[in-house]
Amino acid sequence: MTLKIIASQCTSCSACEPECPNVAISEKNGTFVIDPKKCTECLGHFDEPQCAAVCPVDNTCVIDPAFPRYQVPA
Amino acid sequence: MDATTEHVGDAVGTNVETNIDMDDLMQKMAEHKGCGTSGSSGKASCGSGAGQNDLPTEIWEKVKNHPCYSEEAHHHYARMHVAVAPACNIQCNYCNRKYDCANESRPGVVSEKLTPEQAAKKVLAVASTIPQMTVLGIAGPGDPLANPEKTFKTFELISKTAPDIKLCLSTNGLTLPDHVDTIARYNVDHVTITINMVDPEVGAKIYPWIFWKHKRYTGYEAAKILTDRQLQGLEMLTERGILCKINSVMIPGINDQHLVEVNKAVKSRGAFLHNIMPLISAPEHGTVFGLNGQRGPSAQELKALQDSCEGEMNMMRHCRQCRADAVGLLGEDRSAEFTTDKIMAMDVNYDMEGRKAYQAMVEEERVAKVAAKQEELETLAGAQSDIKLLVAVATKGSGLINEHFGHAKEFQVYELSTAGAKFVGHRRVDLYCQGGFGDEDSLETVIRAINDCHAVFVAKVGGCPKADLAKAGIDPVDQYAHEFIEKSAITWFKDYLDKVKSGEIEHVARGDAAIRQGALISAA
Repeated sequence: MTLKIIASQCTSCSACEPECPNVAISEKNGTFVIDPKKCTECLGHFDEPQCAAVCPVDNTCVIDPAFPRYQVPA
Repeated sequence: MDATTEHVGDAVGTNVETNIDMDDLMQKMAEHKGCGTSGSSGKASCGSGAGQNDLPTEIWEKVKNHPCYSEEAHHHYARMHVAVAPACNIQCNYCNRKYDCANESRPGVVSEKLTPEQAAKKVLAVASTIPQMTVLGIAGPGDPLANPEKTFKTFELISKTAPDIKLCLSTNGLTLPDHVDTIARYNVDHVTITINMVDPEVGAKIYPWIFWKHKRYTGYEAAKILTDRQLQGLEMLTERGILCKINSVMIPGINDQHLVEVNKAVKSRGAFLHNIMPLISAPEHGTVFGLNGQRGPSAQELKALQDSCEGEMNMMRHCRQCRADAVGLLGEDRSAEFTTDKIMAMDVNYDMEGRKAYQAMVEEERVAKVAAKQEELETLAGAQSDIKLLVAVATKGSGLINEHFGHAKEFQVYELSTAGAKFVGHRRVDLYCQGGFGDEDSLETVIRAINDCHAVFVAKVGGCPKADLAKAGIDPVDQYAHEFIEKSAITWFKDYLDKVKSGEIEHVARGDAAIRQGALISAA
């Protein structure tokens, strides 16, 4: 799995973008999106996903069940 | 958008070493208490008076044309905010970042965010159109220091293209200690820190969380980190001679009594000015406080708290709690004239000499106003009376009674006593006159907003509202149209005292007034 941003709730405040350790977040059409290929759920970097921790709107940066859980490389 | 503070006995950064010059400066500031509206009772309600008086020259130079740091300057000089800093690192219960409406006037709200390059262009466009615009602030809509690259890039661009413009910023203080040296390097000489508490127990009721060092903290722990960082940042700034204003949101039942402690804590760390603002918490704003029914203070409650802190340091009472993209004099908002589309199409020619000449003219006007007030004040000498009362004034700026009652979007409030006329606040009202038709409901709103005043000074007022005002016990005064506010108020007050003395009228105390929470609509 990776995280995704629920576009309808995103305020486009940009707080998540610089916090992402994988540079997976960018602005598209006025809101921010997470590149699922780059997202590691911050595993191996921090205790909690940084985008969700800094986001001002609850339940906006959430786990995307459409993708398999990220595995930390051995 | 802004933060709070909390201070416990072992707060960070105690015993900061200061050099001798700063000690001396701080001593002078403490003696003077920063303000100099001579003739007023007690401390004045601003960062500086009309003249330099006994303010140290270096402080006077910093505040004399900064509308936020000098009450007197705010009648003459304008400011602008550029919304380059959308991200924030804390959550406040009085803020909702999702809400964004052009008719809404409160911090944290903007119509569009700008890149540093767009912001620099906007500053030039505004400075060329409004020559009395002297100050550029970055105040959000998030926290400027949670967006350090955008904030400092903007300052860098503007200091190159418009070096005569003063730079300032407003922060919650969480990351302030990390950026103090950069702030000093860009010659930002005014910093506002929002400090709502110095006790984490209180802070936990205001801040649900903070994001710090890659982690979200909540409750007491969050508030403790925040207050320690705020007070450390304040000390580091004052140590470097950077003027600090402290903003505090007055939240009845949560921090209203506690703000006296905050006042002492920030004063002892060298803050220049304290701005206690009423909580804005309408349910439609969707904030935690708006939704849980937390009320804001009444006009009397706010003034009582400001008065009680005034013995300690200068209090700012002219704050309009403006948006992070506001443009113009404090009581007005001209941001709609400077949208990104419009400024990008503008052909801007930055005329520094023209601005200088215009500002010299403004200075002459200021001097004339002060002289008129002084002259009138002398005629009050020897008058003996304990009477202290409030009057409301309709003004478009320049320190003149020059606004029609029905066109006023706000009234300025002055306290009159034998010590003179002292600015103590302002009241927002709906536009009463809507295209020539007086609206009775709006008139009631105006009366509620200035219900604690004995008189209202206007350039003009219609027959109907005049009668209704008189019926409500507020004397509508229009014989000083287009004259200086303070001089006229003192003349009127002398006359009032004479009438009380002769028994022609009886002096009766007025009731409380409401602080309006709704939208500030642009004048038609």
